[in-house]
Amino acid sequence: MSDSSGGSNIVVETTQRILRDRCTPALVNEAERGEFPAALWETLEESGLTLAWVPDEFGGAGAEIADGFGALRAAGEHALPLPLAETMMAGFLLARAGIACPAGPMTVAPVHAADAVQVGADGTLQGSARLVPFARWAGHLAVPARRGGEACVALVALADCAVKPGQSLAGEPRDGVVLHGVRPLELAAAPGLDADALGVLGAAVRAVQMAGGLERTLNMALEHAVTRVQFGRPIGGFQVIQHALAQFAGESAAAGAAADAAAEAIAAGAALTDAEVVAEVAAAKIRVGEAAGVGAAIAHQVHGAMGFTYELSLHQVTRRLWTWRDEFGGEAAWSIRLGGIAARAGADALWPLVTGTH
Amino acid sequence: MPVSFRFDPVQLPPEAVALREEVRAFLREEIAQGSFSPLGTGRESSWSPEFSRKVAARGWIGMTFPKEYGGHGRTHLERYVMIEEMLAHRAPISFHWVADRQSGPVILKYGHEEVRRDIIPRIMRGEASFAIGLSEPNSGSDVFAASVKATPAPRGNRDGWLLNGTKIWTSNAHRATHMIGLFRTSPPTKENRRFGLTQFVVDMTTPGISTRPIINLAGRHEFNEVLFQDAFIPAVNMIGERDMSYATATAELAYERAGPDRFLETISVLNELVRSAGPEPGERLAEGIGREIAHLKTLRRMSLSVAAMLQAGKTPAVEAAVVKDLGTNWEQALPGRARGLLPPAEGDESYAAVMRFNTLIAPKLTIQGGTREVLRGIIARGLGLR
Repeated sequence: MSDSSGGSNIVVETTQRILRDRCTPALVNEAERGEFPAALWETLEESGLTLAWVPDEFGGAGAEIADGFGALRAAGEHALPLPLAETMMAGFLLARAGIACPAGPMTVAPVHAADAVQVGADGTLQGSARLVPFARWAGHLAVPARRGGEACVALVALADCAVKPGQSLAGEPRDGVVLHGVRPLELAAAPGLDADALGVLGAAVRAVQMAGGLERTLNMALEHAVTRVQFGRPIGGFQVIQHALAQFAGESAAAGAAADAAAEAIAAGAALTDAEVVAEVAAAKIRVGEAAGVGAAIAHQVHGAMGFTYELSLHQVTRRLWTWRDEFGGEAAWSIRLGGIAARAGADALWPLVTGTH
Repeated sequence: MPVSFRFDPVQLPPEAVALREEVRAFLREEIAQGSFSPLGTGRESSWSPEFSRKVAARGWIGMTFPKEYGGHGRTHLERYVMIEEMLAHRAPISFHWVADRQSGPVILKYGHEEVRRDIIPRIMRGEASFAIGLSEPNSGSDVFAASVKATPAPRGNRDGWLLNGTKIWTSNAHRATHMIGLFRTSPPTKENRRFGLTQFVVDMTTPGISTRPIINLAGRHEFNEVLFQDAFIPAVNMIGERDMSYATATAELAYERAGPDRFLETISVLNELVRSAGPEPGERLAEGIGREIAHLKTLRRMSLSVAAMLQAGKTPAVEAAVVKDLGTNWEQALPGRARGLLPPAEGDESYAAVMRFNTLIAPKLTIQGGTREVLRGIIARGLGLR
């Protein structure tokens, strides 16, 4: 048992402190109405969090990968309506491709496996990307693009692209971005950093955000269960509610453990498409996604009609859980991939696949 | 106050990684020699004193027991790796399993010195096996309602107790050398209905103890009724303090509930499903397999984290209940989900055999060692709802 708000290091503590004070339910609702929370963004940027995954020499904060994931778990907890995760991922790609990171909010594409981007013979990009997170609020986009058989990372100014507004279930910007004919500001060969690599990183990031969000909704449900009185006692006194919340706590704990595994695998430094990294991230996205489904459902059931209103802030987290569940590959896609890996390895290699090398 | 259960990441030390290879090599050799089948469906195959003695000879029973008592003084993480390999390969370890998992540690922690010196070396040699004497005809999930009596009764110059009554659902009581049982030594008090129960180490060859088989729905004899009729137990066999077992029983549960045995009992279904699916399953089958692996990897990680908590000297009773609840629900549902993905085809003998066997044993998984409902109550208490 632990106080979930307690971070163990300065990066996570700083994020928790900023978000606890500043990322209020009112701010999240304002962002949904279309107001970019510029002041909060500036605070995050000044703290160095936005470029946590960029080494000093590329203009970043050079934090540990694991600490960056810790910050993103906090962002998930607080339903942060800003492209912190996306800017961190963009920085991750750009720095590894040897491209200096611009300031301001960034995002990444593609989020969905079918959206491939190529570099044409004239050096402009071909293709487009759907449901790009926060594209209309971001200045730049980092995009893995294929130049012939070669993996490259392109830095694109979003001002150069046609951006077609859309939104997620949580009311966050998820925009279509037309890259066709756009000339990147920078383009660099980046072996191993293809769209699949971004998919792995994105899946790990979403798993970690969901784990944070689930823990938050669990605590909201617990709080509600001990304060809401019906039939003469707090509803948390009823065994049927206790068992539902116990199940929820198990799902949330499993999500936390699975997300840790994904973060740890990436932090260990192997290539994102390394077989063991892929297996850990796949398992995490699947397990956390399932937990998000079960947990959000129990959170809403425990909250009753109140939880179904816009007024209560439960939806700020649950609608994000449902969004993140689908992004960078849903459970079905990752399950097919993980099952395929296991089938090719064969039954006698199944247990070693489960244990990994540790 | 925000609450959550924390299962911190664990990095296995190099000695545990090396041990894994050693255990895998041992198991490969044993399987090759026909010492057991990794399908785990043999009629009495999981109870094998002979195999247990081989494991003992390798130093893999009592790994965490202190050197002072002839133990190996190794870490819980090393033991974790050893047992998960044994369980994943369905090695026949029932003979020493309970002794190694909980009876030994409990005797070491709360037992009388004389009993420790006597029993611990026997456990370590693979000669002592334990049954767990908790349930009674009127005391199942409600453990603290136990009524089998222990009455003070000196015999000659020895202090001791006479046991009278009936235990039931006692797995392996007919073949275990010992039992740790829970007995009524005083009536409960108004303030504490858990008061008045005391655990004793019982030598199963003691005159006055008899067992009657109860055949389970899979046609197997594991369960027993155990009758105590003026069975004399020396006073030194008491575990902990008289009447106070409710305080020490919780520690035992942390050992009992979070291990990989709580999610690996039906693992051969997944192994054989993958084997039957072949290298290129269709999307639907691949998806189903992938989901199970995601659950399994996560359960293993949580269970390993609890092992690290034990190593750190903690008593993670609620975390252990979380792992057992998640783990047993998963392993119980596995045969049903496998059936939905790939019904065993005619001629696919291994897959059909593990499906038959595990379908039959599945109902017990969320009952033994604390029912799902009892566990959720414990978790709810941990969440501050009780």
